[in-house]
Amino acid sequence: MSKIARRMFIVLSAAAFWAALLVSLVLANAAPPQPGGLLPGFKLPIPEQAADKEYLGLTTTGSFTIAQIKAQVVIIEIFSMYCPYCQREAPEVNRLYEIIETNPDLKGRIKLIGIGAGNTPFEVQVFKGKYSVPFPVFSDEDFTLHKAFGEVRTPFFIGVRINDDGTHRVFYAKLGGIEGAESFVKLILRLSGLEQEKKP
Amino acid sequence: MKRKIHLLCSLIVVLIVFSASPASALSEAYKKNIYNPGRLKPTDSVLKVTVGDRAPNFSLPSLSGERISLSQYRGNKNVVLSFVPAAWTPVCSDQWPGYNIVEDLFKQHDTILLGITVDNIPTLFAWTNQMGKLWFPVLSDFWPHGAVADTYGVLRSDGTAERALFVIDKKGIIRFINVNDINQRPKLEELVQALEGLGG
Repeated sequence: MSKIARRMFIVLSAAAFWAALLVSLVLANAAPPQPGGLLPGFKLPIPEQAADKEYLGLTTTGSFTIAQIKAQVVIIEIFSMYCPYCQREAPEVNRLYEIIETNPDLKGRIKLIGIGAGNTPFEVQVFKGKYSVPFPVFSDEDFTLHKAFGEVRTPFFIGVRINDDGTHRVFYAKLGGIEGAESFVKLILRLSGLEQEKKP
Repeated sequence: MKRKIHLLCSLIVVLIVFSASPASALSEAYKKNIYNPGRLKPTDSVLKVTVGDRAPNFSLPSLSGERISLSQYRGNKNVVLSFVPAAWTPVCSDQWPGYNIVEDLFKQHDTILLGITVDNIPTLFAWTNQMGKLWFPVLSDFWPHGAVADTYGVLRSDGTAERALFVIDKKGIIRFINVNDINQRPKLEELVQALEGLGG
């Protein structure tokens, strides 16, 4: 091996080493979202189902960020079809959706999505079908998002306020169930600041 | 020089491997009662049966109190054996609850699921209570320790079982085997495909 090639190899190896170290530290330090903070940077695929696409107010194909959802508040449920707590909670989360969708003051302003941690697209659809989940659910098959969310246990709910300028802010992040759909709606309205605002 | 390069490369590999924790979106249903053994050797046994073999018969105590034999299903039902390594561990705790919501998929293919671990009955009782009411029998291969797992060649050197699935048809012939990486849950669709392959 020539001197230059040897040096290059050493430099590249060292760079790879530090890159691996950095990646491991970032993964190890990913903390669950906190109220007042931001979501980790991620995109989701735009759903193929027209109803889901319409619900989220997305018109293009490809991928989208949470802030691109046509809503003032987005509730994200991190769940798993293998999680008994999520299974028990599913009817109450569906009720939360119904309460929002049947209230003219809330419909269109608060949207729900689910992210199936470690679930394949097939598994996510099994959960959706089993519990007749009316809102869009997404697969996080390789736990990429789950790791970015600090490897939270499930179910984990995150409330995100979408601002007019396209920025966002997490205002709610909690492990466990929603503890009653009605009271959860009130909590979300209060914490997001939506209760003081009139429907645009 | 070569030794240095080898050392550097090994360090990188070790770092990457150990930075990847076993991925599992653990359900809050178990609170903080799950013991995390960390990343384990993916498989640690040698299969003693193969697809096309007659499945070795066994008789094991079940949670309900009755003994269950594989032979009692001969001519009546296809059988899925789901070996999981141990109670109160991360991935195992999030596997059977998923099967618990797809009873219809098993019924569609005239199939019974038998869950098997090497734990004793009291341990299995406490653990599976967190999963909700299971529709399938849970069997204890505790004594002689892991004898059935050993007969199939899925007993690991530490006395736990592999995360393994065996699909056995009504004639008692093994039609599908999946000895999964112990750190990961097998994809549900692979099992469903195996069931579909059983035909009528």
